[in-house]
Amino acid sequence: MTNLLSKLLADRDWLMADGATGTTLFNMGLSSGDAPELWNVDHPDRIAKLYQGAVDAGSDIFLTNSFGGTRARLKLHGAQDRAFELSKLAAEIGREVADKAGRPVVVAGSVGPTGEIMVPMGSLTHESAVEMFHEQAEGLKAGGVDVLWVETISAAEEFKAFAEAAKLADMPWCGTMSFDTAGRTMMGFTSADMAAMAEKLDPQPLAFGANCGVGASDLLRTVLGFRASGTEIPFIAKGNAGIPKYHDGHIHYDGTPELMAKYAVLARDAGAKIIGGCCGTQTDHLRAMKAALEETPRGPAPTLDQIASQIGGFSSDSDGTGDDAPAARRPRRRARG
Amino acid sequence: MSDEDEIILSELDDEELVQQMFDDLYDGLKEEIEEGVNILLEREWAPYRILTEALVGGMTIVGKDFRDGILFVPEVLLAANAMKGGMAILKPLLAETGAPRVGKMVIGTVKGDIHDIGKNLVGMMMEGAGFEVVDLGINNAVESYLEALESEQPDILGMSALLTTTMPYMKVVIDTMVEQGIRDDYVVLVGGAPLNEEFGKAIGADAYCRDAAVAVETAKEFMARKHNQAAAG
Repeated sequence: MTNLLSKLLADRDWLMADGATGTTLFNMGLSSGDAPELWNVDHPDRIAKLYQGAVDAGSDIFLTNSFGGTRARLKLHGAQDRAFELSKLAAEIGREVADKAGRPVVVAGSVGPTGEIMVPMGSLTHESAVEMFHEQAEGLKAGGVDVLWVETISAAEEFKAFAEAAKLADMPWCGTMSFDTAGRTMMGFTSADMAAMAEKLDPQPLAFGANCGVGASDLLRTVLGFRASGTEIPFIAKGNAGIPKYHDGHIHYDGTPELMAKYAVLARDAGAKIIGGCCGTQTDHLRAMKAALEETPRGPAPTLDQIASQIGGFSSDSDGTGDDAPAARRPRRRARG
Repeated sequence: MSDEDEIILSELDDEELVQQMFDDLYDGLKEEIEEGVNILLEREWAPYRILTEALVGGMTIVGKDFRDGILFVPEVLLAANAMKGGMAILKPLLAETGAPRVGKMVIGTVKGDIHDIGKNLVGMMMEGAGFEVVDLGINNAVESYLEALESEQPDILGMSALLTTTMPYMKVVIDTMVEQGIRDDYVVLVGGAPLNEEFGKAIGADAYCRDAAVAVETAKEFMARKHNQAAAG
């Protein structure tokens, strides 16, 4: 399949993705609790500005304002029947910004988790997850995205459901999970688990990786986990700019542009092909990242110690890969028959 | 598994049975937990003793391994589901026997946020620890919290948010409580993946709880303080 992202992945050494959507929209006046997706209708100018910020800062890829665009999420705002429309608009605004960028810029159709737990633990079935993702995917496709991009996923089942939806929509796709619990996803999925899963999916993602989670150091450890798996699918690093702090009524992430610049170089050296930021990553961060990526020669993959000494330590001793995964504390008395 | 491995719960002595129930909770075996609870009732254990020694004891182990990154959400959901099976049997009996109540909590996910996994875990673990829990569900506006505080008169208010776009709403709720002069009537606990301790402090919560296990520990601590203050006063 020929599409812009595959072509750029083949031609370039690395690609820079965008930064935060939520943080940026807050700074533009989004109220806490309101649906960012409704701004695609109410404030298309601000959404265009959000995208333009990433493009001007040098991003090769930006994600559309459609993270909460599944029916399940929009229901909260009484907008469940607008899933197609709101995603299509998010994509159209993006298409327009990308097409006048004067260089190839990939519009990636963002899709976030449904927010529901899948069976058997929860009530969301595979079929309805696929259906909701497919509905949104068709909206993004109709609006002209180059690629679908599912992000912040915790459950393997939900990731797989998305792959199936991408197939139904006949679109290339990328996907990232959020490794925010002791180096694993909330559901206990490790970086090694994800790499193995990505290899087996049909269609395979153009790239897979990690976003959000807990700080940039943890995210790089996850990237090293992907690397150790030996997969040849390109991987994505989209870490948060530090951790959130509250200042005068605003959320502010404490990661500086300098820190994110170091993170970007470390991510590339660790093997990530697509490097961007997540929450808290503003255009200043992106500019610093881009400059660092361009100016710093590629080095060997960093060790965990090097990551820790350059941008800070990890949230847990282990990330569940390798031999040092923590074992159950209680010796089992006996197995049940 | 061969028949030899079959464990007959009713053949275990009390101590062994409780140990086995710890294992069964850990493994999320609901029917086995219900059976264990019924056997202990037949052996004339007080409902409150079954709750604290067997169920809360078992969930404490689950909570610690969750906190330490050994168990994850799916295992904890299964364990909590097994505990719920046992609780369903004990609840009416606890009410009859007038068992002591640890405290009461109103909990809900804030406006604009659909995520309730963490909140549900906290609710279940709190119940497992003997708290009475009133769950307001997802997408709660400030009015909904205030109404529940008024009607339920809990000791603790718990708020959850999973999105950077919704976490500031917690401050809206706390600020409103301050305006109405009721902030200090409650312990306010907050949680959710993007939060941290500093954020909790900055918005005026009593504590940030990293996960459900920490929420239970923190809630117990505040309840103990409250009792001490009452005793001192």
